[in-house]
Amino acid sequence: MDAFTTPLLAGTATGALLLIAALGLTLTFGQMGVINMAHGEFLMIGAYTAYVTQQVVTNIDLSILVALPVAFVVAGLMGLLLEVCVISFMYRRPLDTLLVTVGVSLVLQQLAKDLFGAQGDPVRVPDWLVGTIPVFGYNWPYRQIFTIVLALASLGALAALLKYTSFGRRIRATVQNRDLAETMGISTRATDRITFFIGSGLAGIGGVAVSLISGTNPSLGTTYIISAFLVVVAGGLGQLKGTVIAAFTVGIATAFFADWTSAAMAQVATFALVVVFLQLRPQGLFTVRTRGLA
Amino acid sequence: MSTTTAPGRSATLLRTYAPLLAIAVLAVLLLVVAPATLSAFRLNSLGKYICWAIAAVGIGLAWGRGGMLVMGQGVFFGLGGYAMAMHLKLEAAGPEGVPDFMILYGDGTIPGFWEPFRSGPFTLVAIVVLPALAATGLGWLIFKRRVKGAYFAILTQALAVVFATLLVATIKETGGFNGLNQFTLFFGYNLYDPVNKQMVYSIAAGLLIGCLVVVWQLYRSRFGELLVATRDAEERVRFLGHDPANIKLVAFVIAAVMASIGGAMFAPIAGIISPSDVDATASIFLIAGVALGGRALLLGPALGALTVGFGRTYLSEQFPTQWTYFLGLLFVLVILLLPLGVGDLPRLVRARVGRSAA
Repeated sequence: MDAFTTPLLAGTATGALLLIAALGLTLTFGQMGVINMAHGEFLMIGAYTAYVTQQVVTNIDLSILVALPVAFVVAGLMGLLLEVCVISFMYRRPLDTLLVTVGVSLVLQQLAKDLFGAQGDPVRVPDWLVGTIPVFGYNWPYRQIFTIVLALASLGALAALLKYTSFGRRIRATVQNRDLAETMGISTRATDRITFFIGSGLAGIGGVAVSLISGTNPSLGTTYIISAFLVVVAGGLGQLKGTVIAAFTVGIATAFFADWTSAAMAQVATFALVVVFLQLRPQGLFTVRTRGLA
Repeated sequence: MSTTTAPGRSATLLRTYAPLLAIAVLAVLLLVVAPATLSAFRLNSLGKYICWAIAAVGIGLAWGRGGMLVMGQGVFFGLGGYAMAMHLKLEAAGPEGVPDFMILYGDGTIPGFWEPFRSGPFTLVAIVVLPALAATGLGWLIFKRRVKGAYFAILTQALAVVFATLLVATIKETGGFNGLNQFTLFFGYNLYDPVNKQMVYSIAAGLLIGCLVVVWQLYRSRFGELLVATRDAEERVRFLGHDPANIKLVAFVIAAVMASIGGAMFAPIAGIISPSDVDATASIFLIAGVALGGRALLLGPALGALTVGFGRTYLSEQFPTQWTYFLGLLFVLVILLLPLGVGDLPRLVRARVGRSAA
């Protein structure tokens, strides 16, 4: 039974991490057509926020809870800064934004190396997250369950925001038809900025979860960003349900492949899986229907 | 109605062959002037930049003219590099010998896929055929299903990440994180001999010139026109009865082969090929030169790659840790302010001057 439950449960936790990272990506990609390669560095910023918060709030049990909103705001503000300073000049040049944000990600990584050292720092896990719970022969760490809860909570909050608030309605209108939304009096630029803030902030929260599992590291973002992008590509743009399915599928599939072969072969297999999947659905699982040719 | 006057005709001729003249000037600089003036150490560094430039010429074709942002050219650079390195490693080990790292990390037996690389001709063919096959397979799957734009870019980068991970994980077969190094012989020529080192450099420079001429001819051809048309309006090309997938596939495969040739020359010149030469960051570094020089121009990618290569050496010597800042800022500034690269500057200035004069 463990041969099945271990990868399933551990993979679900990985999938949850990918989900938090991919939520922000799919939002900004779907809405603005912007590929933010620096998104992984917002995860890294979230992880370092957790580390710094622990230095300030010495009560370990409390500091992680404090770190969550702080990381959301810090990473969100960094995202906002990026949008205002760089990306807002590059509308309708999506491939170029991709390259510019690659540059930003290099700078942020080097900055983290210079500020905190290349080695990375451990983040102490609070007592209430230490320990495991046995599930069908697998000792499921509380940390992984915490990650899943965090991902589902973020997803729920985001879905509610999109569905029930007037701001969410503005986002959906902008995703579906930017020009028409503008005609209706929606400030699409303001909407874009807030979307970017939220998307980057979610990555910050994801970073706190990552820091509990693997500590901080200047190149932490690069380990997750490619998988997160594959999730976005497979899930389809601007659609939460596609992202959710794709994130857990990629997470669990990678865990099973890794269990059967090795961690490296699992990456190869997951990549092949996504390429083959794109043969069936080149636009991803779900797409926003438009009448445009592009 | 052949009323073209002699000066008009020679002007047309000049316009047609001016790029070739520029390539010739570059050839003289790289093949005659550089070996005569640079120290052996600097010439070897220049050789490395030339290998990156060969890959950059291919990126210029795929990205600049074809609109395909290839973010994983390190993979093809690596295919060529490792193919060559495997041959050099076997050559260094002798006829029945086993490469040193296999005794160190493995059980001293040579994996089956290494065996054919004992043969020099097979290696040379593999350097062209391996990347061509890989690019055809991947490109076929991607382009036929009309996956493009950012999706394509992300998939190619994911490929680079996967490739590097695989290399690091297979220490017994590919030397893992350390890569393959310590080559002594290059097709029978001793690599420690400065004369032979210069010969390897000259081969690389000659290949760069050759690739530039190939690309020049491609840009002049009907294929070049179709490629640009596909970049600018893929649907229209499709409506005119062409299959954009085939056009893009050809450009992608040529770019992959050029990257592979660059990698194959990189191994003997740098004396090492390791995962860090072929991973996602290395692939991005290859793009940096193309973006700087001017992706859609003939000489832009090559000159940009040479500049960025030189800048990397110079800045790493001056500021060991800050080099990454420069690379990052280069991306941001060039793409923000000069989306078509420095080579686009004359046109921008002319447009500005023209506007103020009017």
